Amino acid sequence: MARVFTPKVVTANALLEGDVIYQTATGWTGDLAEAEVLTDEADADLRLIEAAQQTGHVVGAYLMDVDLSTESPQPAHFREAFRARGPSNYIHGKQEVARNV
Amino acid sequence: MYSYTDFDAAFLKERNAQFRAQVERRIDGSLTEDEFKPLRLMNGLYLQLHAYMLRVAIPYGTLNSRQMHKLADIADKWDKGYGHFTTRQNIQYNWPKLRDVPDMLDALAEVDMHAIQTSGNTIRNVTADHFAGAAADEIADPRPVAELIRQWSTDHPEFQFLPRKFKVAVTGSPNDRAVTRAHDIGLRMVTRDGEAGFEVIVGGGLGRTPMIGKVIREFLPRADLLPYLEAIVSVYNLLGRRDNKYKARIKITVHENGLDDFRARVEERFALIRPQFTGVDQQMLSAIEAEFAPPVFRDAPVTAFEDARRHYPAFRSWADTNLTEHRAAGYAIVTVSLKAHGATPGDATSAQMRLMADLAKRYGHDELRISHEQNVILPHVHKSDLPSVYSALAAAGLGTANVGLISDIIACPGMDYCALATARSIPIAQEIATRFEELKLEHDIGPLKIKISGCINACGHHHVGHIGILGLDRAGVENYQITLGGDSTEDAAIGTRAGPGFSAEDIIPAIERLVRAYLELRSEPAETFLQTYRRLGLEPFKAALYPEARANAA
Repeated sequence: MARVFTPKVVTANALLEGDVIYQTATGWTGDLAEAEVLTDEADADLRLIEAAQQTGHVVGAYLMDVDLSTESPQPAHFREAFRARGPSNYIHGKQEVARNV
Repeated sequence: MYSYTDFDAAFLKERNAQFRAQVERRIDGSLTEDEFKPLRLMNGLYLQLHAYMLRVAIPYGTLNSRQMHKLADIADKWDKGYGHFTTRQNIQYNWPKLRDVPDMLDALAEVDMHAIQTSGNTIRNVTADHFAGAAADEIADPRPVAELIRQWSTDHPEFQFLPRKFKVAVTGSPNDRAVTRAHDIGLRMVTRDGEAGFEVIVGGGLGRTPMIGKVIREFLPRADLLPYLEAIVSVYNLLGRRDNKYKARIKITVHENGLDDFRARVEERFALIRPQFTGVDQQMLSAIEAEFAPPVFRDAPVTAFEDARRHYPAFRSWADTNLTEHRAAGYAIVTVSLKAHGATPGDATSAQMRLMADLAKRYGHDELRISHEQNVILPHVHKSDLPSVYSALAAAGLGTANVGLISDIIACPGMDYCALATARSIPIAQEIATRFEELKLEHDIGPLKIKISGCINACGHHHVGHIGILGLDRAGVENYQITLGGDSTEDAAIGTRAGPGFSAEDIIPAIERLVRAYLELRSEPAETFLQTYRRLGLEPFKAALYPEARANAA
């Protein structure tokens, strides 16, 4: 019996800015809602390899678990929730950008 | 204070130029991340959760006003207008961009500062008693020796690829404020038969396997210091384990081989290399010592201080908690709390940095210190100037009267910033401080050190907190373990784990139960939390933390 594959998104930090980014079908985004959700394990592994090869743009690519129970993918773990939002002591990071939009 | 020589300035200029070229080669694709990472770490540049982080060394925690102003300028120009002072007397910038870092390093070099060896498996920033040169209980100022060690260890060719990072702390006082027993090497200045020397402690450390350092040499003559340090690090460099990161620190090397075996190897190595140290190091030390000549203290009445203390309760409260006895009559050591209730421990805005720099320049012989407890010290302030200093600090949100109290919490950056963290630290510190401010209990509670780490690496020194809090990830939820009875002083002790951890919501009420139990249990108001714990042991505190367990057992 095949084990259940938790949906994934490829994430990394941008080389120049250092900020958290997510892989899309065609490139990278800072917004998790726009990320490409990978539901097939072999596909996810392949996309991660492709991401890791883009050393001129990204650092430390890895697969993160996402929860698809709502409209857009949500981080499955609290660490990813902090990465997606920013620190809790100041409105800095992604939450600062979101506020300024 | 030490000023860079032409040699120092030329060395730093060359290093910064090298790093600038390395950054360019990383950006143009000539270097891969695997190639670049060790280079950036050697220059203090990390990649954290949300951004790069630049860790700048503040050698033995000492700054002048010009340097503090530069730190503020850097925060405004290339970061978000603040800096975070750390438990190793460094400052961290949480939001630099890769392209800007070479400019930041050049700006630091303008004021004799750098980020070299603030990361990597090298000898890190040498820390010292933050009251050095000012404390009434001091034998001698440890900073000249710390500066000598900084010069010896910086770019030391033999020690650029140690098995693991290596931390040295020095104190010149019998009351250890530098946590020397929790360092890879701790040095305590002592005298024997009128001769000045060091007690050398080795193999202390916190982290995954906390250990109190062991005395490898009870008395080391001053002139033998560098060859003896070189012998220790040299033995460790060959003997330390490189097969397992978690067993690579010198504390494990000493533990696995035994202190006697390790000492014998060190003494053998020392005998071999001692003749190579022909006295140049001692000449250099003499020159460095001249730069640390104490300021000329003035003799003036302190009536302004006494009047203010009598008439202004807020000033009296601050003076009672934030001042320490100075060795010069009429002077005080001021600890500026970076722990306003609800604020992030150790953070200062650029405006606050500038104010502290200006106060140091005007009232404090142009000196500032950063403590490992994440506060800023004005080490030499005449008491007659204290009312003015307090007013200026209070107006800038820096007048919190809580040094040494429950809200003067050490906290690592935790999962709000750190890529290694397993849980957040900062919000827990903020909530504890806010809660006890609401209760108006902290002055009644008295001396109590809470230290919080967001992972097992223990940057927040939780093992040596009277109350230690360790944040972990338990099945995808933040969970906080409490340890009790730790001590960072000359009586250093590792705290004992109290029991199962608490959720982020439950940890604040748990701390409150613990502290209320102490207030009930103490024999008199003068008995501190740590004294009560030592008298009664873990059990009554455990009962307060886990009332349901007691109910179930009944």
